[in-house]
Amino acid sequence: MITIQEGGIASTVQDRGRFGHYHIGMPPSGAMDKYAHTVANYLVGNEADAATIEMTYQGITATFDEDTVIAITGADMSPSLNGESIGTWETVAVDAGDELELAFATEGARAYLAVAGGIDVPEVMGSRSTYTLVGIGGHEGRSLEEGDELPIGEADDTPTDLVGTQLDDEYVPAYADEDTVRVVLGLTDYRLTEESKETLCEAEWTVSPEADRIGYRLEGPEMEFKEREQPFGAGTDPSNVVDLGYPIGSIQMPQKPIVLLQDAVTGGGYATVGTVISADRGLLAQRQTHKSVYFEDVDVDEALAARKERDERLETIRAEIESTD
Amino acid sequence: MASEITPQELPEPRYEYGADDHVFVELAEEMSFTANFKAMAITQQVAERDIDGIIENCPANASYMLRIDPGVIHPDEVIAELKEIEAATDIENYEWDTRVIDVPVLFEDPWTHETLMEFRDRHQDPDGTDLEYSAQLNGFDDVESFLDAFVSAPHMVTMVGFVPGLPWCFQMVPRDQQLEVPKYVEPRTDTPSRAVGFGGAFSVIYPVQGAGGYQLYGRTPIEVLDVDQQLADFNDSMVLPNPGDILNYRRIDREEYDAIREEVEAGTYEYTTEQVTFSTDEFFESPLEYTDQLTEEIA
Repeated sequence: MITIQEGGIASTVQDRGRFGHYHIGMPPSGAMDKYAHTVANYLVGNEADAATIEMTYQGITATFDEDTVIAITGADMSPSLNGESIGTWETVAVDAGDELELAFATEGARAYLAVAGGIDVPEVMGSRSTYTLVGIGGHEGRSLEEGDELPIGEADDTPTDLVGTQLDDEYVPAYADEDTVRVVLGLTDYRLTEESKETLCEAEWTVSPEADRIGYRLEGPEMEFKEREQPFGAGTDPSNVVDLGYPIGSIQMPQKPIVLLQDAVTGGGYATVGTVISADRGLLAQRQTHKSVYFEDVDVDEALAARKERDERLETIRAEIESTD
Repeated sequence: MASEITPQELPEPRYEYGADDHVFVELAEEMSFTANFKAMAITQQVAERDIDGIIENCPANASYMLRIDPGVIHPDEVIAELKEIEAATDIENYEWDTRVIDVPVLFEDPWTHETLMEFRDRHQDPDGTDLEYSAQLNGFDDVESFLDAFVSAPHMVTMVGFVPGLPWCFQMVPRDQQLEVPKYVEPRTDTPSRAVGFGGAFSVIYPVQGAGGYQLYGRTPIEVLDVDQQLADFNDSMVLPNPGDILNYRRIDREEYDAIREEVEAGTYEYTTEQVTFSTDEFFESPLEYTDQLTEEIA
């Protein structure tokens, strides 16, 4: 069991997500940075779909009441165990009674804590992910608070032989670099003028303070819509369309872009102009408020290739960790 | 006034990639029953074919969207199959089993009234109410006659989403009798739960308190989302509405509102519903008579 001493700013239990219910308005939830979540799990001998604790901007303080192994990945929140600094992207042994403390993120926005056996909260509709808007999943459907007690799942056998395993530097993302976020334009991008479509992919956007698990609102140049007589049912604003489904990663455009992420609203009446590719959604989720975002227009083949490359990299990482076992 | 609904000539569907893991298909830019029934018919076919690698299958008002696992199926393969389904889909003689659901509404209720007054500075008409504005815009003399039109025929659920359980509904009348209003100039940051709103040509019921941009008309005492599944009608799902359901809004007074609300809160309320087979042909031919007949049992 893990007992939370301090919950941080917005720490929630997340796995890979809740699927099959988007049509009733239920977003997948799940880890915002799948790569960091998955590597954390691999480092402690878990499957990729085990639940981790996702921490946003500020980490938790927590104590363990059993011997186990943990790994912390994602944003650097300067973790320490009983006051001694510990590594990230690394398998760390924890003894019963140990206190883990994380601070503010210096690089990146979201850190993941994996524990051998996974965070064993009950599944709701097939997932342990927290969806706070309606209060389901995770720990009581909400962010973690002082005094919360989280059960740890049974690990096959506690993988103490993994302790000290460290992810190769080449696989550790550098969140401080402002890498471009790749986008496949489309959906209802016919609403934008050609100039605005170009501006979208050339301008410097900044992450606004309204950036959370639902979506990232970006600040930047004004976008312009093509003039038209609004179709029946769409509403009068030129940014309005007849309400439609929003893909995860899609950029909706109520004047300023909002990139919809894991707790997205599943549909609505603003024009959508493209979709951040699945391999880069985690990258965006690690971008701190006030940092820059540049979009790069790619085609679907490049999006598929990037996804494949990421999946293969994760598979290589899994195999390398297993071989140290 | 038209007494029948003319099926719309739809443009060629637009197939769009939502990056590597979604396919979005726009059947029409404008709303019509033709486009919506087509979206429902196609997504139903997709469900029946049980295609490997399809993770989400979401009909919407005049479009639909799939989430896919591109490790299992390439988006182009999905699109090829969707085109094949589209070519074979004819919504003439299209029928499905659905429910008519009684939705009691206290219009001009104190809660939505307080909210809409609070956000007057975000509205087109800061001096009136949302209902006064909507009535005037749609050529009605007063709020009463506008509300009469709003409840005169049932509304079909043409999409569910935004948040869990929120139904978008399209009134089951010919185009020239459809009501239409803009959304708020600036969305509100607050809306009471169970508020009944209207925007574009869609009525909605807000499942939970939160932001919103639709004109506010009233509040229903019944739930559309029951996360804990306390009410008997939520045994199978925490969400009440499904695309294709028919909602019959009914005007109630404060006394009835309070009585129903008490039952809902006690967990004993049972929804008034009627199982029906919906026929697109019969509906298009004489919508008013047909919807009267559908709602007869629960009225």
